[in-house]
Amino acid sequence: MTSLDRVEENGRARVVDIQGGWGIRGRLGQMGIHPGDLLTVRRCGALRGPILIEVHGFQVALGRGIARRILVEGVK
Amino acid sequence: MRIALVGQPNCGKSTLFNHVAGYRAMTANFPGTTVEYTETQTSIQGHDCTCMDLPGTYSLVSGDRAEMETRRHLLSGEVDLIINVMDASLLGRSLELTLQILELEIPTVVCLNMIDEAQRKGIQIDVRKLSDLLGIPVVPTVASMGKGLQELFRQALLAWKKNGRGKTQKFSKDIEEVIGRMTSLLEADCQVREKVPTRFLALKMLERDPYFLREIEGGKSLHSQLRLLQERLEEAHGVPAEEVISSERHALSMNLFEKAARIIHPPKTDWRILVDSWVTHRFFGYLILGLVFYGFFNFIFVAGGAIEEPLLQFFGHLSEGLKEALGAASLLFFLTQGFLQGIAGGVAIVLPYLVPFLIGLSLLEDVGYLPRVAFLMDVFMHQIGLHGKSIIPFILGYGCSVPAVMATRILEFPQHRFIVAILATLIPCAARITIIFALAAFLLGPNAALFIFALNLVVVAISGKILSLFYPDASPGLILEIPSYQVPPLGNTLKKSWYRIREFIVIAWPILIGGSVLLSLLEFGGVEGSINWVLSPLTDLLGLPQSVGTTLIFGLLRKELSLIMLTQALGTTEVLTVMTRTQVMVFTVFVTFYIPCLATIAALWREIGKKGALWAVLFTLAVATGLALLTRLFMEIFV
Repeated sequence: MTSLDRVEENGRARVVDIQGGWGIRGRLGQMGIHPGDLLTVRRCGALRGPILIEVHGFQVALGRGIARRILVEGVK
Repeated sequence: MRIALVGQPNCGKSTLFNHVAGYRAMTANFPGTTVEYTETQTSIQGHDCTCMDLPGTYSLVSGDRAEMETRRHLLSGEVDLIINVMDASLLGRSLELTLQILELEIPTVVCLNMIDEAQRKGIQIDVRKLSDLLGIPVVPTVASMGKGLQELFRQALLAWKKNGRGKTQKFSKDIEEVIGRMTSLLEADCQVREKVPTRFLALKMLERDPYFLREIEGGKSLHSQLRLLQERLEEAHGVPAEEVISSERHALSMNLFEKAARIIHPPKTDWRILVDSWVTHRFFGYLILGLVFYGFFNFIFVAGGAIEEPLLQFFGHLSEGLKEALGAASLLFFLTQGFLQGIAGGVAIVLPYLVPFLIGLSLLEDVGYLPRVAFLMDVFMHQIGLHGKSIIPFILGYGCSVPAVMATRILEFPQHRFIVAILATLIPCAARITIIFALAAFLLGPNAALFIFALNLVVVAISGKILSLFYPDASPGLILEIPSYQVPPLGNTLKKSWYRIREFIVIAWPILIGGSVLLSLLEFGGVEGSINWVLSPLTDLLGLPQSVGTTLIFGLLRKELSLIMLTQALGTTEVLTVMTRTQVMVFTVFVTFYIPCLATIAALWREIGKKGALWAVLFTLAVATGLALLTRLFMEIFV
């Protein structure tokens, strides 16, 4: 298991857990990111900028701080 | 009848609204374009109704201020019918909001918008099946082309007459038991004042929504019973209660999606994904960003300059002719001269730059490039202690400071809104950009204008850094949906540009002409001199001619006034004959940064309070004076 900010570009991962309070979990849930969901990392921004992921057929930009709190497991 | 358009961000509510109201609500391919509600009177088959365009919201749980605004309207009891607009290509996620809307027990119709986009993505939706499952009418539409809208409003009227409320979707048995228990507790309790269905209230309390929990703050026993029920859910599912509910809602939506929709072919790797891989690239992305803005800059400069020059000459001749015909000292000459300068300022100076700028901005917005800019710039925003989402008010600020200040509502924390609102007013708006182009670029060359834009970014960055030392960033970081590119419906883009240009023609231009005549009269009566005398400490300090003093006062009304009054105050459109190049540069820098216009101050007052607005006035005045002095020093030493 690793955090989402460590997944490489074009890597796929399944969300295991989200470490955060009421606000973050709620926000991510509304964006379609829940434990169990499958994500594809499309882009990792330069200089530890945000990452761009695809989930359920749409794209979401996540800051590294947020991505670090999303625990995932790699999917082949 | 009051109709509310409700849906997730960027699903096309405002586009739909504009079809009903004519172009009145700002639209863009950008989540969170609408931050406050707009309403219009219309008539559907002879029934008068009020149609409200509400800010997009992902859910009815407490969120940012724009989302709370939407919820407040829905809970007010004044909405008779909801049109739930959804992006059909995001059906699964959109249904999560629909489930919560159904709990409100208000007649609802689903508008399955962007149905063409869904088909392109290979998603086939069985509209009748979906309608049966939800128990409410579902109408497929393409709002940007006006398709299906007549049927939508026909169904809306029917739903209202029948009071059609739809089927509340049931959760798993154990969760339903807990909800039922909470509902009866709330019904037995008389202190709950909200006029919303108890099932909705019970769910929101189980979800720990702070807004609704306040309702039962006083009631100790109700509070402890709620706690027990939440624990029951947590023990059975192993996650916090709010997550039990949201996961369940997610599962229900997915279930509905699977029943009503089929993915007939996997989405092809279309050109948009290819484009995005370049546009968001860690190196080429920034190169493209630079090229886009450089091209944009040149487009305005070339287009504007080509029109400004001949028109200015024309008005210059006209003014000379008037002087000879009417006599330089007559009142009639002063009146017509003031009037003519006002007209000339609008036609020859403002519009040549404003029109290409606004058309270009509308195009960038509608294509969907701006969210990519937010993605690319997030890392730099963090360097100055801000959040990637803050880029949105900044970008809007290049259009007009008023919507920029209002867009700070998409930020969750008040201290954030304060910083971003103040910084956004420093960004040159369309009016100030016009001044930069018409004065600095036109008289001193394009490099002078580029220098001012670059200086502006540096100042915003440094100010951000300083302000965020006092108000440290408490938010966790960026979470922003990046919508698909759209080929902008050209008609819509042009209508939007016209909507913004009209704002200048209808509101600003008459003020410009009036102001110009007034200044001319002040000059005739000799009053202008005393205003200039009062402001002379400032103008002397900056090394500007004293006669520009009044123009700075007029600039507080509308920024364009500073420019037009300048030619009026100096008595010529050939500015360089009476001002040195240094003075032109100092004047442009000062006007770019100093006190926001009245409309912006009013917006600041509303969004960040009286103190905040006062702060912004003093801060920008100090920044402008400091920078203008530095510019003067720099120009005198090096140029």
